[in-house]
Amino acid sequence: MAQDPAAPAIHETDITPASVRPGIDLQINGEHFRHTGDPQMPLLWYLRDVLRLDGTKYGGEHGEGGADLVLVDGKATSAIGVPMGKLADKQVVTVEGLADAKGVLHPLQQAFIDEDAIGCGYCTPGWLIASMDLLNRRKDPSDSDIDTLPNLCRCGCQTRVRSAIKRAAASMKQGAKA
Amino acid sequence: MSGEAGLSRRRFLQVIAGTAGALIVGVRAATATATDAPVPLDMLGDALYGLGLYVRIDADGTVLIGARDPDTGTGVATSLPRIIADELDADWQHVRVVPLGLGVTNGNGEPRWMYGQQVGGTGNSMPRAWRDLRAAGALARWLLIQAAAQQLGVPADRLRTEKSMVISPDGRRLRYGELAAAAAKIAPPQNPPATKTPDRYTLIGQPAGDANARDIVTGQTPYSLDQHFGDAVVAVLAHCPWPDGQLDGLDSADALAIKGVLKVIELKPDPKLPPGQTVIAPAVAVIAETTWLALQGRRALKLSWKPGASGNENTGALEQQATSLLNSDSAPTTRVRDDGDVEKAGRKAARRVEATYYQPWLAHAVSEPMNCLVRLDKTSATLYVPTQSPQQAWTVVQRLTGLLPDQIDIRVPRIGGGYGRRLDHDYVAEAVLLAQAIDKPLRLFWPRDEDLTHDYYRSGCVHKFNAIVDSKRHILAWNQRLASASALTGRGISSDRLWTSEVDLNQLPAGFVPNYRSDWFSLTSSIPRGPHRGMPHITNAFAVDSFIDEIAHALKEDPLDTRLRLIGEPRLVPLQGGGAIDTARLVNVLKLVADRISWKDWLRSVNGLGIACWYVDGAYVAHAVEVSMQGEQLTIQRVVCAVDVGRVINPMGLEGQIAGATLDALSNTLNLAITVKDGKVQQSNWKDYPLASMAQLPKTVEVITVPGEGDPIGASFLAMPSAAPALANAVFRVSAVRVRRLPLMKELLRLL
Repeated sequence: MAQDPAAPAIHETDITPASVRPGIDLQINGEHFRHTGDPQMPLLWYLRDVLRLDGTKYGGEHGEGGADLVLVDGKATSAIGVPMGKLADKQVVTVEGLADAKGVLHPLQQAFIDEDAIGCGYCTPGWLIASMDLLNRRKDPSDSDIDTLPNLCRCGCQTRVRSAIKRAAASMKQGAKA
Repeated sequence: MSGEAGLSRRRFLQVIAGTAGALIVGVRAATATATDAPVPLDMLGDALYGLGLYVRIDADGTVLIGARDPDTGTGVATSLPRIIADELDADWQHVRVVPLGLGVTNGNGEPRWMYGQQVGGTGNSMPRAWRDLRAAGALARWLLIQAAAQQLGVPADRLRTEKSMVISPDGRRLRYGELAAAAAKIAPPQNPPATKTPDRYTLIGQPAGDANARDIVTGQTPYSLDQHFGDAVVAVLAHCPWPDGQLDGLDSADALAIKGVLKVIELKPDPKLPPGQTVIAPAVAVIAETTWLALQGRRALKLSWKPGASGNENTGALEQQATSLLNSDSAPTTRVRDDGDVEKAGRKAARRVEATYYQPWLAHAVSEPMNCLVRLDKTSATLYVPTQSPQQAWTVVQRLTGLLPDQIDIRVPRIGGGYGRRLDHDYVAEAVLLAQAIDKPLRLFWPRDEDLTHDYYRSGCVHKFNAIVDSKRHILAWNQRLASASALTGRGISSDRLWTSEVDLNQLPAGFVPNYRSDWFSLTSSIPRGPHRGMPHITNAFAVDSFIDEIAHALKEDPLDTRLRLIGEPRLVPLQGGGAIDTARLVNVLKLVADRISWKDWLRSVNGLGIACWYVDGAYVAHAVEVSMQGEQLTIQRVVCAVDVGRVINPMGLEGQIAGATLDALSNTLNLAITVKDGKVQQSNWKDYPLASMAQLPKTVEVITVPGEGDPIGASFLAMPSAAPALANAVFRVSAVRVRRLPLMKELLRLL
């Protein structure tokens, strides 16, 4: 198979340096990876086919619908629209990386659970990433801010996602005060 | 040690002692040999598939409950297990839900379905579960109580259960986990233990979020597309634009030159098989080591296709054909219903109202595109299939492989939307054929353009109505003429039953108007068609509920008054084929939405208010919608929906289904249409086929559920039919434009 195995995290204490294959170094969910394959390969297929991080979903060839959103340096980005070649030294966060290292959910994830903002669940990772991006930019998003989310959902979760974003914003504000 | 208790004539609950002291209650086919069926290997360990059981209680207190029916977003993976958990008195906090996959055993070469019918998204999971799943929980609970009685030396009838514990009158408590091993050794009773009386329900009627919510928000729920066989290759297809066309030229050299592209394979439909059981259209598959390579390979193919007879088809021409049929004197294909004498009633007319409605072709547009992961060898087939009907998937696999019934393992993880698309299994046939051709485990993957351009579409349709209203404002006669291409054509249904996918025998206002006629005219089309969510209610409710609003307008009265007069006094209106509509329940949902949206302001409000109601298989639904217009900008200000579905199993889940189906219906109505030109579908991505964005949809859907005691009724598509007409009626109030053609936005902007 033409895949590059997920490289282990680099530790400075490693004594024997492995022969360095040229590649693209990036961080995914806080871990270091080196992609040594085709730099044209979209991030989506690297995540799904190579790393088997399957939380990020395929929506369409051009990323419409937002199921394939990930955070690249904190900004919501279509994973099928960005080739690996453009990701050198970038920080990528996928839905699998939203909870903290101990598995404690981000307030946004908890809000999606509390509002039951889930239909079939297939597009939910994309909604979470888009909402996270919004909350990074707007601590207290208005309805018209929420209206700008690009995601599509046939199950009709939009009203519950709206409530979840507002709930998360409120809970993050409280968390910041505490 | 094992024993069994009757569940139904053909299936028996079975008790099995698992390893490490687990109690298992499941089923096996009644025809299985007298000796115990071997415990599936997976059941012994942690693997989640192949369990073949409904309940497993482990020594550590974990309760594992199997979900029988596929969950396409309908919430059955939560609500079905909660029905079992309630009877079991399990602590829901420690319940884990697993999808069961297909339960099939070998009965002399014929399949025996272990769990009875297994189907999702067709509205009958809940009624079936209510009839039989409670028994599994009740039996497990009975066994645990017997085990506790022995250990505590207290008679079983003095013990009670709560949150996975058996509690003795003297205060002693035993956890289910402690009792599981002993309970598994107790012989089940001759007769199934009685199920609970409603006053003892602890979970039924209480709100619960999705059982898999935590896994979903952390990206841990695997869909079929997320399953892996280590050595699987990936196939991506290019289908012929015409289902009856053929390959005219193929140069695969460039595709095969890509390193990692393994093979290019041609597929053809089997003309002897009905749609949904064979390849949907001639196709060329590129098989490669990864999805990315296969997609590149598909792009590199040099392909040309030749149209078949369908190359002349246009949706515009079909609509014209429908209109001229309806305007002609030709006899209908089927006179579906003919109460009283429509023609005689017409002669003493006080007032006539007439209107024609046009609705477009639609795609299923599921979020998770068609895919299937398959591993074949001489004696087994293992497949991950996003299917609403695992038994139908099994049929397709069996025909192509010739394997014995129980050699086929169909696993059904959570599914990214169904809407009827996954009742057909063309993609399963493709996956199996390709895996056979390359002799390797294989993942079939349809990119979005294939998914939208190769579907079993919903036919466009034209409804023409004539109503006669007498001087007392009663609708004396209702004549409905509908033309459409049946979803059932070619599917083994006799020609006099093809109307059943297009119009309902008992749909409103049948039974409420003394002279009522419903005629169906068949359109001939080669565009593939198949089952769709809420069929045939959605198209009919839009036309009927819009037309009632037009009658109200003709009578210069409040449309709620027109509806209430039409429905009449509280009574039971018998349905043809059995059952009855309870008019009190129908009026109740109408009044609930009217009150909530302040219908009394209907005349004065600057915004437009619209209302509609419908009846679906024992359930009642009404919508009220408030819209505003600023220039060409339509804003849906408020949506209220009231439903009466009998007993509510999970109020939170129900609310989600009702709000979700309402939004889906609005999205369909606002924007969506499939058009076909020269036999080719014109829409191939979300830009051409624009599901409504967050901004276009209302900010909330206010859901009112009527408490009920009757047996629960499926609700996954209940809220679809009345949403669109309520919207169109509201648009009429605010803009004076009567939208008789969908999609609504396009028509509204044309007429403004």
